[in-house]
Amino acid sequence: MIKIEGINKSFGKLHILKDINLEIENGKTTAIIGPNGSGKTTLIKIVLGLMESDSGKIFVNEINIKKGVGYKNLIGSMPQIARFPENLRVGELLEMIKDLRSRKNGVDKELFELFKLEQEINKKLGALSGGTRQRVNAALAFLFNPDILILDEPTAGLDPISSSALKDKILKEQRNGKTIVITSHILSDIEELAENIVFILEGKIIYSGTVKALIEEKGKRNLERTIASLMESNGNEHNS
Amino acid sequence: MGRSKIIGKKKLVRKIDIFDFSSERSEESNSIFKSFDYVQKTQNENKMKTFIKIYFLFLFIITFRQAKLEAKEIIIDKSGKITSIKQALRMCQDGDRLLIKKGYYKEYDIEINKRVQITGEGMPVVDAEFKSGLFHIKADEVRIEGLIIKNSGMSFVTEYAGIKIDSANNCVIRGNKILYNYFAIYIAYGSDCMIENNIISGRKSKSETTSGNGIHLWYCKNITIVNNKISNQRDGIYLEFSENSTIEDNISEDNLRYGLHFMFSHRCVYKGNTFRRNVGGVAVMYTKHVHMYNNKFENNWGPASYGLLLKDITDSEIKNNLFHENSSAIYLENSARLKIDDNNFIDNGWAVKIKSNSMDNEFTKNNFVDNTFDVATGSIKNHVIFNKNFWSKYTGYDLNHDGIGDVPYKPVGLFSAIIENNSPAMMLLRSLFIQILEVAEKVVPTITPVDLEDAQPLIKSVR
Amino acid sequence: MNTILKIIKYELRDVIRSKWILIYFAFLFMITEGMFQFSGSSSKVLLSMINIVLILIPIITISYGIIYMYSSREFTEMLLAQPINRKTLFTGLYSGLALPLSIAYIVGIGIPFIFHGVEENTQIPILSILLLSGIALTFVFTSLAVLISLSSDDKVKGLGIGIFVWLFMAVVYDGALLFGSYLLSEYPLEKPMVGMTMLNPIDLARVLLMLKFDISALMGYTGAIFKKFFGSPIGMLFSTAMLLLWIIVPYQIAKRIFVRKDF
Repeated sequence: MIKIEGINKSFGKLHILKDINLEIENGKTTAIIGPNGSGKTTLIKIVLGLMESDSGKIFVNEINIKKGVGYKNLIGSMPQIARFPENLRVGELLEMIKDLRSRKNGVDKELFELFKLEQEINKKLGALSGGTRQRVNAALAFLFNPDILILDEPTAGLDPISSSALKDKILKEQRNGKTIVITSHILSDIEELAENIVFILEGKIIYSGTVKALIEEKGKRNLERTIASLMESNGNEHNS
Repeated sequence: MGRSKIIGKKKLVRKIDIFDFSSERSEESNSIFKSFDYVQKTQNENKMKTFIKIYFLFLFIITFRQAKLEAKEIIIDKSGKITSIKQALRMCQDGDRLLIKKGYYKEYDIEINKRVQITGEGMPVVDAEFKSGLFHIKADEVRIEGLIIKNSGMSFVTEYAGIKIDSANNCVIRGNKILYNYFAIYIAYGSDCMIENNIISGRKSKSETTSGNGIHLWYCKNITIVNNKISNQRDGIYLEFSENSTIEDNISEDNLRYGLHFMFSHRCVYKGNTFRRNVGGVAVMYTKHVHMYNNKFENNWGPASYGLLLKDITDSEIKNNLFHENSSAIYLENSARLKIDDNNFIDNGWAVKIKSNSMDNEFTKNNFVDNTFDVATGSIKNHVIFNKNFWSKYTGYDLNHDGIGDVPYKPVGLFSAIIENNSPAMMLLRSLFIQILEVAEKVVPTITPVDLEDAQPLIKSVR
Repeated sequence: MNTILKIIKYELRDVIRSKWILIYFAFLFMITEGMFQFSGSSSKVLLSMINIVLILIPIITISYGIIYMYSSREFTEMLLAQPINRKTLFTGLYSGLALPLSIAYIVGIGIPFIFHGVEENTQIPILSILLLSGIALTFVFTSLAVLISLSSDDKVKGLGIGIFVWLFMAVVYDGALLFGSYLLSEYPLEKPMVGMTMLNPIDLARVLLMLKFDISALMGYTGAIFKKFFGSPIGMLFSTAMLLLWIIVPYQIAKRIFVRKDF
């Protein structure tokens, strides 16, 4: 379980996250959505320890993440943009990450096989096409069979075949009882994958609950229309 | 006949060169010719010019040869009848020959006041055990050859020496090893002496005061110093008030002060000598008509070292010398009318340092190669002429291909001028800033403050 | 510690693959070898190497260091998502930069000297101080490069600051010293000059090298003061300490920034 308590984050004058409190349930898939610049990625980076919050605490399985980096062994993450050391080969990258992590859950190479990445193993990361990079990126997140998966825009930049393969993998891991956090602009994906939803707007959580409850509450046909109305009403609130 | 004095002397040198003094047999067989030389020389000095005089000379030689045939040879041998040099000297007469057999002779204050010839066989050792001086020559025409002369005493009052010549003429000191003495060879008021093929080395003393000079001349004339090797003395060769002497093919190195040092010693010639690694380099002062040719001044490196320090030197020539790796190759102070031609200045700190009180000195056809600084002057205006020298730092061009650069070369750089007035700035030497300054100077020559220039710099090095 | 070694291992592989380090090595090698071909004597080559050490090492290290730090952001970010302590990662990153640069320098310069030979008694001490000061300067400017690149997220700005820092230390500082000594030429400036030299790592390395080459003989009284100070055990201690400070202080500041930085 990931518990977020009173997180604030500013970049200079820009207050990106405003007192975020959130609990991400174990064994469920939670989608974090919001328009560009709402603070989704910042929140994920804080959880992953890439950024530091100005105040507040984060607990992963009841342990404060500031106490040490060991919690990262529990997390597999897929950043929005795959950034790899250009001069390493795919295989070397795998070796390196294997080398640096504890592997108590063993290695899960399913996605590698699905993505046919074995044939790219000797290519340099800098020489990979955008799609292949993204596939490597996704495969890496699942590689160590982690308890928690944090996926930032996982389907962006993937071809339809890879995209559906990835979604199948996510659903499979759901069934295995993994805790999954996902952000996406593609609301149909979220409807398909996520049980819980957190809606962030301008650094604040507007809604946190199940997808189902949200749609019912607003009485709309699907998630897209629900979110649209949610944004409209909040925009109006702001303006008035 | 009727040759001049100098030619006569040269002939003498040549003849002695032929002799192999280490061989007893040839020594004996040549002794007659040798005495002939002496006689001839004496007569030269008498300036005999006419045929009649030569006729008399022949008569004299014949007489002398007969007298010489009667001259004794005294053998000094540790296992023989005569066991000490002093003993032999008491017995001998003018013209006798003392042959010292191989052995170890502990003697000092050996006074020679007869015209004798002392020859060592198998390099016998004469050791003063630091008590006093060793040989003290007071007679003319004394020869000392083939000895190891060592361990004179040291005194602040008396100039103890391995060989001291006092007011004597025509002496020859040849082929000796003169080691660990206070002074090695000390000549006062001597003339026409010959110092040749000796190896001289002092005690490895750290202080200048506890070490004397290698070859020390005081009020001497016509001394010839040839092919000696001198080290670890205070000054290697020292001349004061000594004139018309020739110093040739010597090596003077690792001395505590100067390799060569002279004052008030006019009309001397220095040829083919090597002065290297001396703490002070070479210093010459208060002298006219100095001639220095084909010498090497090398590795005289230190804060107060000079390849050649010239102070109050006038009307002299410095030609064909090599100055290599000296902290200052030539330092000129209060000197005038010097012709400095065809020298090589390579890898020195400064090639030439000139104080502004020097006048009318000319540098022509010298090579200035890879010196940190080519020229330093004390002032912006200077009375020194540089013409047709080669400067390795020169970057000008020669459009008409006459071998002479079309733009003058300014040997005193901006940085050189700056440190002249601001010595702490010297610590910026070899910094990028200074290198940029030097490039800027080449692009904009007007920023060079000193007027001094070589109007006709050579494009290629001389020779 | 183990993790540091692992990080260094992977970063080294990345750095070596990036060719620049090989170009740097080849460049140093060709310059040194070229000098041997032109001047012939190893003593002259040693003297010319002063320029290499004092000019090339700082500018190349600082610009390469900065460029590398920016381009290795991906590497850093990826590793940060792994269970790796930030301090450990920083040490690994720093070493992965400073070590190959130092090795390229030692090997690039060293091979021609081994090939052509040096005089054991006189030149080995000079060569070793040359290598040591080169390594010290590599570390100093790696520290500065890392600090600069972490202080600004703008690559162009970072590189600009780096070049300015180099320009200041290599040129402007000495120009200011010259100007200052000209203004204050009535005062005895030798000792303040010693102090001012200690403050600039390039000057410090240059003076140490010149003393080893015995160029101090040219510097008259100034040289004597410098030689007395830097030749003494205290002077050696001070100059070593100053060089270490120049390595450690920017390193520590950069480390603090790195530990708190948002990626």
